Amino acid sequence: MLSRTADNLFWLSRYVERAEALARILEATQRLASLPVAYAGSSNEWESAVFTAGCDDGFFAKYEDATAETVIDYLVFEKENPSSIVSCFEVARHNARAVRTALTVEMWEAINGAWLELRRRQDRKLEGEELTRFLGWVKEIGLRFDGSGHRTMLRNDIYDFSRLGMLLERADNTARILDVKYHLLLPKETQVGGGLDYYQWSAILRAVSAVTSYHWVYRESLKPWLIADLLILNDQMPRSLAACYGDLVRHLDDLASGYGRQGPAQRIARSTRIKLENAEIKQVFQGGLHEFITEFIADNNRLGAAIAEQYLV
Amino acid sequence: MTLADGSVRQAYAKLSEWLKTAPAELLNYRVEEAELLFRRIGITFAVYGDQQAQERLIPFDIIPRIITAEEWGRLSVGLEQRVDALNRFISDIYGRREILKAGIIPEDLVFQNEAFRPEMAGKTPPHDIWVHIAGIDIVRVDSETFYVLEDNARTPSGVSYMLENREVMIRLFPELFSRHRVAPVERYSDELLATLRSLAPRSSSADPNVVLLTPGVYNSAYYEHSFLADKLGIELVEGRDLFVRDDVVYMRTTEGPKRVDVIYRRLDDEFLDPLVFRPDSVLGVPGLMAAYHAGNVTLTNAVGTGVADDKAIYSYMPEIIKFYLGAEPILKNVPTYRCREPEALKYVLDHLPELVVKEVHGSGGYGMLVGPHASKEQIELFRAKLIASPAGFIAQPTLALSTCPTYVNSGVAPRHVDLRPFVLTGSDGVRIVPGGLTRVAMREGSLVVNSSQGGGTKDTWVLDE
Repeated sequence: MLSRTADNLFWLSRYVERAEALARILEATQRLASLPVAYAGSSNEWESAVFTAGCDDGFFAKYEDATAETVIDYLVFEKENPSSIVSCFEVARHNARAVRTALTVEMWEAINGAWLELRRRQDRKLEGEELTRFLGWVKEIGLRFDGSGHRTMLRNDIYDFSRLGMLLERADNTARILDVKYHLLLPKETQVGGGLDYYQWSAILRAVSAVTSYHWVYRESLKPWLIADLLILNDQMPRSLAACYGDLVRHLDDLASGYGRQGPAQRIARSTRIKLENAEIKQVFQGGLHEFITEFIADNNRLGAAIAEQYLV
Repeated sequence: MTLADGSVRQAYAKLSEWLKTAPAELLNYRVEEAELLFRRIGITFAVYGDQQAQERLIPFDIIPRIITAEEWGRLSVGLEQRVDALNRFISDIYGRREILKAGIIPEDLVFQNEAFRPEMAGKTPPHDIWVHIAGIDIVRVDSETFYVLEDNARTPSGVSYMLENREVMIRLFPELFSRHRVAPVERYSDELLATLRSLAPRSSSADPNVVLLTPGVYNSAYYEHSFLADKLGIELVEGRDLFVRDDVVYMRTTEGPKRVDVIYRRLDDEFLDPLVFRPDSVLGVPGLMAAYHAGNVTLTNAVGTGVADDKAIYSYMPEIIKFYLGAEPILKNVPTYRCREPEALKYVLDHLPELVVKEVHGSGGYGMLVGPHASKEQIELFRAKLIASPAGFIAQPTLALSTCPTYVNSGVAPRHVDLRPFVLTGSDGVRIVPGGLTRVAMREGSLVVNSSQGGGTKDTWVLDE
């Protein structure tokens, strides 16, 4: 396969995944922000969304205050923000167009349909129910793209590259949510428990669609260390770091056996997976949750660079 | 479809019968269905968005144009002869230049031609074949006579319409296909691939790597490029996917560099290699011409073939055929006045309202005057242009072009058509798929079939019996 084709497929899936992740973050934020001030405390949820999305530099260059209006405008519509939902679909569609024949009709239609719909949309304002509906629609596009890929694609290197992009982005998103919110999961000396924490914890789970999963797995009320366990180490949970790395290793192995060659990407992915497999949540907290996440994000970026170096240029 | 005496031409007998019995609603319904099919192709395959898909929807006429086996037989012999002569001509002007030495064609017509590539002088492409894919535009004036209207030796496009139109027709009118033995066109992609593979340089492996080079998604013909690459099962590459090392072309793949042997390029000469042609071209591949001259890669068509697309050169085709093949041309040329010649210019200026005037480098139906349909102002405008630069123009009489039944608002009515068959020349011979792209002037009386000027297309049936 042409490297450019693989590169397009990889980033196509990354951007679709990113759009979906943004929609989840905004959904969770909208929910938290609508709570009575007594629960929401002093924190600014919209500002936190900007950090979770990793768009703080660009955002604060443009706006002083993070309000519902400015954040939604920047994270959903702003073309200058390369990670806004609109930009994500713009890049996704551009890439999809360039590799049209490598995609199935269903995948192409999911992307092209979304792109056309966004272009028809004139109004940049989204409030209340309309925002909820819109974010639901974005998630559905992600599901359609992902699901039709899963159901219709040949299991060849085209499939592997599109899955790699999705998984790498997914791991990055989960890690960044943890990175921004980790302090909420730490044992606290003051302000123990209470409504605020509860809502914050469930917002973290909501941002990765894991509220129900949590209860299935742990069968108890929300505990911060269990939330961390679910999102980092539980390989049954599709958005956990462990699950993403299980799949990343599998697809990289498929590529290596198809091409008859192993490389740095395979080695880096395997070593990160082993780290996740051998870790226990207690040690993670002892060694510092923040440090663990920071290191993971660096490893994940290293894997992205290695995949690019090995296959995409 | 009908002859002078009003009777129906043999080829159309069964179709005419069917059309008589088919209710109008059925035809309308099929028209709508065709529109839907093309739109779907446009949106789901053709990688275009809303607006662009609209543009791409060149009107499609549901009534096929039919050619008998006997007519096709004559036509294809003529096409083969013509492309043979074109190849010899181009090989000659970049080689020994005998036709120039013999004084048959004025030198400046070749050397001043903007499509002439001095870089190719003294060079021979692999197998000494230059025009691998030719599109020869044909018109018919009566049941016996075909004229060549234009030679396209550079990078003829439109073959995707030939293939798609057939696909849509088979879906829409299975009952018509059961009544006619229509020669298949689907094998064009196999024939094209076989041709391209046969052209691989001798230094390539037994399994040559063929790619299609496109300028990219923003090119107006990108749809056709991706369509063909997909049909042929070859990689659709852009310049940045290729690189040259030690005069060998490689493409960047996920498994490392892979040698490229044949490049079916849909990129004009001047963009191919920034080291040789336009230095600002980011669409090409630095070093490509060096690899080409080293004989390590085949470019189809060869560099410099555009000379033959020139309408002044076209006017010499009968002489060119005679010079190289010692034979009379089987397909006629439309009589052409070369305005560069003073006598011809005088005649043209005196007869502008009867003539069609074309720019020698023009294409797409632009820069053209159709005298009988032109206003006084348009005629005067062209008169001024002609006087200012006579060498830039040729003129031809308006032909009594044949018409073909076409489904328009008022029902089935005659409209003027032309035909572009595609002639493939490999190292193992010539291949012509029976059929081609029929373009139709949708407006009553119009002679201009170009899609940019409101022309449409229809399926072309060559009968197998």
